Amino acid sequence: MENLIALLIAAPLLGAAVLLCGGRRLDAVGQWIGTLLSFASFAFGVVLFADLLGKDPEQRTLTQHLFSWIQVESFQADVAFRLDQLSMTFVLLITGVGSLIHLYSVGYMEHDERRRRFFGYLNLFLAAMLLLVLADNYLLLYVGWEGVGLASYLLIGFWQHKPSAATAAKKAFLVNRVGDMGLSIAIMLMFLWFGTFAFGPLLGGEGEPGMVGDASEGKLTAIGLMLLLAACGKSAQVPLQSWLGDAMEGPTPVSALIHAATMVTAGVYLIVRSGAIFNAAPDAQLVVTIVGAVTLLFGAIVGCAKDDIKKALAGSTMSQIGYMVLAAGLGPIGYVFAIMHLVTHGFFKAGLFLGAGSVMHGMNDEVDMRKYGGLRKYMPVTFVTFGLGYLAIIGFPGLSGFFSKDKIIEAAFAKGGTEGWILGGCALLGAAITAFYMTRVMLMTFFGEKRWQPDENGNEPHPHESPKVMTIPMIVLAVGSVAAGFLFNWQSSFIHWLEPITGHDHGHAPLSAGVITGATVACMVIGVAIAYGQYGRRPVPAVAPRGSVLTRAARRDLYQDDFNHVVLVRGGEHLTRSLVYVDHTLVDGVVNGTAASVGGLSGRMRRLQNGFVRSYAVSMFGGVAILIAATLLMRAV
Amino acid sequence: MSTSAVHSLWTNAADPILKIDTPKIEYGQLSPTLIVVGAAIVGVLIEAVVPRKARYYAQVFVSVVALVAAFAAVVALAAGGYATTKSGIAAMGAIAVDGPALFLQGTILLAGLVGLFTFAERRLDPEAHGNRVDSFAAQAASVPGSDSEKAAVKAGFTTTEVFPLLLFAIAGMLIFPAANDLLTLFIALEVLSLPLYLMCALARRKRLMSQEAAVKYFLLGAFASAFTLFGIALLYGYAGSVSYATIAQVVDGTVPDVSPALADTMGNDALLLVGAAMIVMGLLFKVGAVPFHMWTPDVYQGAPTPVTGFMAAATKVAAFGALLRILYVVLPGLRWDWRPVMWGVAIVTMLGGAIVAITQTDIKRLLAYSSIAHAGFILAGVIATTPDGVSSVLFYLAAYSFVTIGAFAVVTLVRDAGGEATHLSKWAGLGRRSPLVAAVFAVFLLAFAGIPLTSGFAGKFAVFKAAAEGGAGPLVVVGVISSAIAAFFYIRVIVLMFFSEPKPEGPTVAVPSPLTMTAIGVGVAVTLVLGVAPQYFLDLANQAGVFVR
Repeated sequence: MENLIALLIAAPLLGAAVLLCGGRRLDAVGQWIGTLLSFASFAFGVVLFADLLGKDPEQRTLTQHLFSWIQVESFQADVAFRLDQLSMTFVLLITGVGSLIHLYSVGYMEHDERRRRFFGYLNLFLAAMLLLVLADNYLLLYVGWEGVGLASYLLIGFWQHKPSAATAAKKAFLVNRVGDMGLSIAIMLMFLWFGTFAFGPLLGGEGEPGMVGDASEGKLTAIGLMLLLAACGKSAQVPLQSWLGDAMEGPTPVSALIHAATMVTAGVYLIVRSGAIFNAAPDAQLVVTIVGAVTLLFGAIVGCAKDDIKKALAGSTMSQIGYMVLAAGLGPIGYVFAIMHLVTHGFFKAGLFLGAGSVMHGMNDEVDMRKYGGLRKYMPVTFVTFGLGYLAIIGFPGLSGFFSKDKIIEAAFAKGGTEGWILGGCALLGAAITAFYMTRVMLMTFFGEKRWQPDENGNEPHPHESPKVMTIPMIVLAVGSVAAGFLFNWQSSFIHWLEPITGHDHGHAPLSAGVITGATVACMVIGVAIAYGQYGRRPVPAVAPRGSVLTRAARRDLYQDDFNHVVLVRGGEHLTRSLVYVDHTLVDGVVNGTAASVGGLSGRMRRLQNGFVRSYAVSMFGGVAILIAATLLMRAV
Repeated sequence: MSTSAVHSLWTNAADPILKIDTPKIEYGQLSPTLIVVGAAIVGVLIEAVVPRKARYYAQVFVSVVALVAAFAAVVALAAGGYATTKSGIAAMGAIAVDGPALFLQGTILLAGLVGLFTFAERRLDPEAHGNRVDSFAAQAASVPGSDSEKAAVKAGFTTTEVFPLLLFAIAGMLIFPAANDLLTLFIALEVLSLPLYLMCALARRKRLMSQEAAVKYFLLGAFASAFTLFGIALLYGYAGSVSYATIAQVVDGTVPDVSPALADTMGNDALLLVGAAMIVMGLLFKVGAVPFHMWTPDVYQGAPTPVTGFMAAATKVAAFGALLRILYVVLPGLRWDWRPVMWGVAIVTMLGGAIVAITQTDIKRLLAYSSIAHAGFILAGVIATTPDGVSSVLFYLAAYSFVTIGAFAVVTLVRDAGGEATHLSKWAGLGRRSPLVAAVFAVFLLAFAGIPLTSGFAGKFAVFKAAAEGGAGPLVVVGVISSAIAAFFYIRVIVLMFFSEPKPEGPTVAVPSPLTMTAIGVGVAVTLVLGVAPQYFLDLANQAGVFVR
């Protein structure tokens, strides 16, 4: 059964290779090849899942050693896979949601000439993401990490003829490099201090303590912070969050798959996977929770002000991942809930993005919500599925977001002490803002009067429902959005499933669970009510009003790009200029000066060679005199 | 005949005349030299009796056979264990037959054979009056530009005497590194030098320049020989013997019996130091070390290019062999005196050669200065005074000699109306016009520069490693700096050949006969083989690295 693990990755990898190397012959069927191989990978995942369920909870770790990759003295890196409950969860999410989005893309990208290439990139992404979550050591994980970065870059910039898309791809790539540096430094530190980066010996497991158990807290804090930096880059957490909004330039299925459901959660995976390190480094954990809390508010505030439907959803993604990171930073109290929220978020956020894509598909690719309005009549299926996703994300009781988010808020309070109160308060506030901005999106898109106008060519959009190939994935995801939370909570099944890997701790909540749940629901209702007051009862202006200071700041992503520009870009430019100056004057000066002086010396010495035998003889005579004198002198001293 | 016997002849006249023993000569062990000398004499006879038309073929045939046979003899001796276990002194103490001697003799013979091919090349110059011509003057004795010269050219004369001259020079070079007493050393020096002086004067084109070069070489060589001879006399005065072994014993203070007639002067260190310095100076002149290098550029430029190539390669091998033997066999007890001095010589040689080469505009002069810099690099290995030092020098010499002959052979190919086009500006864009020739030359230049995967790198690495392990770290630093400077002008030529626009009236590349092709091909092959897989040859040099006393 272990041998199936490699096939999980091999199927989409094969698809990528075939589609990207296959040439134009495959243009007609390329999308189906990609989709088929994605579903094949999902099927392998389901088989493996069934196999795992049949085993004892303690026996559910499968490993597959494929080959020895690099072996230099004690530096040993293997291509080996580990399938346990944590990676299994990810495998099902990635291949399941991924396959649905492949299917959806068949309809969405129908008219795109470079469709084959698009599906090749999607398959490449699946393979890299699976490699990331299945790797048995950090170095191989790093390969997958870079692989998803590459796929993300290629897909954000897929419509490369648009300068904005090309720029966004570049920006995502560059910001991610900063995080990648963190991961590579963390791996180097692991090798330096522990001599290995394999999960088993390093982190322990199956009752065995790993090497990190004996390490000093300082070392683990350093590694933990570097891992957090990596997670911030990939998961768009403050301060490396700036790329996610721009990444919405990519085709909408890409936003759904990569920038909502899967890749951006890689950071959460990394932190949960490295739980053994963070558990032993409380300082690093505290930083993780702070990053999570700041980001969940940051993303939520940004989401409130965006008129671009995808950017509003991107802000929401950032915010929801903030919840996950916050939960992951809480340690064993939160790991399970981080992953649970990750999965439910995968369902409803993918569904929301696909819904947004469906709306854009019907509205001539218009993204400005101020030009929507009243679409519920034109797109009933999209409206219902989007609506269910909306209810899930705001935490409507009974739907999946309610269960997972509520647990995270509880866990935050359960952290205890002042920290617990602050973190829990932030999480509650975030829940209220979430309800506000999601209600805003919902109202501006599907309710109120129609606000679309003919464009300059006189083409008026004719909103219409999307084809079945697009609506079916949306329906499936909507079902997941509704049911997942309940299923996961049924007899704490999800906790029991993940507990052997992540451990679980109930913590000491200062308030009873009922009180917190009540507060969460109350916050949600307040958020919805404010949004309804602002956008439901009053007509939405077609042109955005100037807004308050906070609104304007949020529209500009809270000045994150301005900050980056002033501090990093300008600073970098100044640094570069001064280095260039030093290079030109000092380094080149020394080099050229040396060359010039050697050349000058050469010219002068050359004149000694005047062609006269008498001069040569004199020089020989002088030479032998010096030779003799030197020999005698050596004896004298 | 022992030296003390000679003294007693004229100090104690009353004694009866001593019986002179019949010298015992080990003909087998001396066979390489004897074959070459014999062939040279046959060559002289050919000049005397064979019709003019047939002389060229007869000479080439005899020379090739002699060199191949001599090389076979060297291989046979080495295989017979004379390089290691059975090494010893032959010919009444005059000639050493040991590893370094045989290794260097083999190298000289191969270099001589390859050099001979370039000597015999007759397809590069256009035919004169229906006769094929080589690189040498039609009639050396005729005044340049005179009627007699024209007549000689018209008659189709060629100076086939170069072949016996070459063989005589090779014979001298074979004895030079094997000489085991100072007189033999001096005789070998003269035997190898005199034919070289002559051959330098024999260029077919630019004869005045060629003759000027020969005269300069001769005058300065004679000057240097005088110093050497003076040094020999002083050492004799110091030790009462010209035998290497005896001098070494006197230096060490372990001489068994001191002749009363010499007791006064013997062991006078002033004689030893001055004499040793003068002998070493003579050898440094031959290898072209600064400040005894000044003849090199002028002679290399003026001499016929095949002669230059042969001279640059083989003379250096022979002279370094002799220098090694002097320093390691005669003067090891004195190394604390000579090492610092040689340090200085090596440093100024490496730097001087590399720096002055930068501003050269003539390819032959450039290669001359390059050979000076290489002499410095080899000296660094000599100074190591370890077995590794000896073997690294042996390897370097073997590697260097083939690169050198090959490079000069390429120089003979690039021609314009005035013969060889040696000015660098004419080489611009050669890579576009004749990519193969330019690429081959680039390989040689990279080998000179010591770029990895060429023999130059392996050799340079070996000598620098030996020098560093022998305690000459600073010397290695200077060596690497010089290499960097030297790399500049080698690479500059490559850039000139491949990245410059060809000149409209640039030179043409002549298509040579298989002879020159063989010479160049062997050069490239040895360069690459010694560069890619040097270990076998390093081991060979290592086995051959022990001198007999």
